[in-house]
Amino acid sequence: MRGTRKRHRLAAAGSAALVATSVLAGCGSGDGGITINVYKYPQENFQKIVDNCNAAADGYEIVYHKLPREADGQREQMVRRLAAGDTGMDVLGLDVTWTAELAEAGWIREFTGQVKDRVEDGTLGPPLDTARYQGKLYGAPDNTNVQLLWYRGDLVQTPPKTWAEMIETGGRLIREGKPGLVEATGKQYEGLVVLFNSLVESAGGTIVGEDGTKAVVDDGAVKALEVLKTFATSDVVDPSFSNAAEDNARLAMEAGQAAFMINWPYVYAAAQAKPEFAKNLRWAPYPAVEGGESTATVGGVNYAVSAFSEHPDESFDAVLCLRNAENQKYAAINDGVPPTIESVYRDPEMAEPYPMREAILETLKNASTRPVTPAYQNVSTVLSTILSPPASIDPRATADRMRTELQDALDSKGVLP
Amino acid sequence: MSQAVDTGTAETRPSPKAKAALSEGKKAERRLGLLLCAPAIVIMAAVAGWPIIYSLWLSLQRYDLKFPDRTQFVGLDNYVTVLSNAYWWNAMWITVLITVVSVAIELVLGMALALVMHRTLVGRGIVRTASLIPYGIVTVVAAFSWRYAWTPDTGYLAETIAGGDPVLTEKVPAVMVVILAEVWKTTPFMALLLMAGLALVPDDLLKAAAMDGASAWQRFTRIIVPVMKPAILVALLFRTLDAFRIFDNLFVLTAGSQGTSSVSMLTYNNLIKGLNLGIGSTMSVLIFIVVAVIAFVFIKLFGTAAPGSDSGGRR
Repeated sequence: MRGTRKRHRLAAAGSAALVATSVLAGCGSGDGGITINVYKYPQENFQKIVDNCNAAADGYEIVYHKLPREADGQREQMVRRLAAGDTGMDVLGLDVTWTAELAEAGWIREFTGQVKDRVEDGTLGPPLDTARYQGKLYGAPDNTNVQLLWYRGDLVQTPPKTWAEMIETGGRLIREGKPGLVEATGKQYEGLVVLFNSLVESAGGTIVGEDGTKAVVDDGAVKALEVLKTFATSDVVDPSFSNAAEDNARLAMEAGQAAFMINWPYVYAAAQAKPEFAKNLRWAPYPAVEGGESTATVGGVNYAVSAFSEHPDESFDAVLCLRNAENQKYAAINDGVPPTIESVYRDPEMAEPYPMREAILETLKNASTRPVTPAYQNVSTVLSTILSPPASIDPRATADRMRTELQDALDSKGVLP
Repeated sequence: MSQAVDTGTAETRPSPKAKAALSEGKKAERRLGLLLCAPAIVIMAAVAGWPIIYSLWLSLQRYDLKFPDRTQFVGLDNYVTVLSNAYWWNAMWITVLITVVSVAIELVLGMALALVMHRTLVGRGIVRTASLIPYGIVTVVAAFSWRYAWTPDTGYLAETIAGGDPVLTEKVPAVMVVILAEVWKTTPFMALLLMAGLALVPDDLLKAAAMDGASAWQRFTRIIVPVMKPAILVALLFRTLDAFRIFDNLFVLTAGSQGTSSVSMLTYNNLIKGLNLGIGSTMSVLIFIVVAVIAFVFIKLFGTAAPGSDSGGRR
């Protein structure tokens, strides 16, 4: 018995590799030309952008491969293949938090010279910062993202400015027999870390030190834990909060249970399928922690070029096309993802289909980033484990535990939960 | 009865002295046999042995793919880290709990199902096929349907049984759901193995016992179970080893959140998600050892027959 387990695993790995290589070989041998394989999350209208770029491309063809829907699954597939030196991946759609890890491991190429200048030209500061590691540019921002407070205009006249105000308003609505729940991402995953990070920054706190090697978890972080605990145990929290990802939150809001939702701007494009609901959907800046400023965690996707790509020049060229102003505008209008090139926000064509662009631009100016460290995945896993379920947080004790386990995670020493 | 079988095996077993007295021809034949087996042995060693040795070697190192420059030999440090970690022990207890509870329930249900399938006179084929359906469904697919069923709003089980509670987000209910999914999925497999064992029970023996006035329960405990013992032990061994390595059900149902990780889930998190080859390999070596111990206990102490061997093993 003892051998079979390992043997099965290896056999499975071997056959998976065989399938992968044959599939990739199939891609490459289309018309004898160069194929640039782009790996990105499933973005509904992205194929159209790829087609645009293929029409303009000189001597290569871009093929869009869809990664899994959830961020963890996307990262897993990429790092697994990069660790094995897979040459079949050229352009990678990276979540903004992965830049440091992949750059440190030497799996992605630095943007230099003319390509670098063209990426930096006209791109907003916060998204560009997420593409840098140790002063070098490793990615080209494709879209950025900040969460906004979404609310029902037919139930709420003035949007709340703070979490406390929001909980109060929601509670009042519920007592009046109206939908008053607040939807947010409380599942044990990155979404919970994003929520927590925004609270910490708003409370003026720090989780990980500036250079990404020291766990801090100061009083501001404790304050954030208190707010999260209060929210999770209040009467406005959705019963499914501790199992809700972005889409669960969106669907619950669309189903008419909630008055408020903390979510990314894609919900606006998604809501258009339900005109009845969409006409009452309003947005406001992210609620602040009492006494602090409103700040939201910046998200988004950057393009990187694999260090193992056999066609780096064509790959960089493809990246420049995929993220150009025209294509960013298309993605913003059709897929709801906020652009990273500032001029796109001022494009008159954006006004009607993308009305929340001013709020996004405004929020971006004061956006906060998540800890920058190659061990970000470990940091995120530890944070989401300790924070989950949010209702069981005990601010002081949770903060102490967070400090020790984060330090281990940063040193890649401890056991990941 | 069992004594008679024992003497039989003892007689057919060659004694060590007989081995020494081999003729030249026999020796040559044996050498040829070994030569013919050699390629298979080499391939087996490369395919099965090498990964085991390699993970042993990795488990002695600090080796994180994220920090390729910081690789170093650390001896048994990783074992100390893992074995003194609360997450690991939590995962170990969860795994043991899932294994013991689900296998126990499966044994009882599987036996009942096997008896029904064995005795059915009408529609025997349909009964057998129908009971095998859960086992035929891909685990991940089945797990997804369980997950949706237990998700509030969309799930019929969450809305009816759980009263709209998100059961998968709390540790105890989540583990219960995982066990339920395991039982639902693998009871048919257990029943199938047990049904093969039931075929070994001679009808004459049961009829004779009935004539002597043994009740149905007495016939079951005094005749059917003892005769079926080898089949039961093999079924238990298979299911225990399988249940101990539980991964796919958990991966889909909870992904190990709220402290529901099994040891395999935890290993996956450290190895694939965390890219920490040192710690991850340490965990897989530990799982390997536990699996080996389980197999050893079953085969040596309980006398489970190794699959394919002709004797009934030691009893």
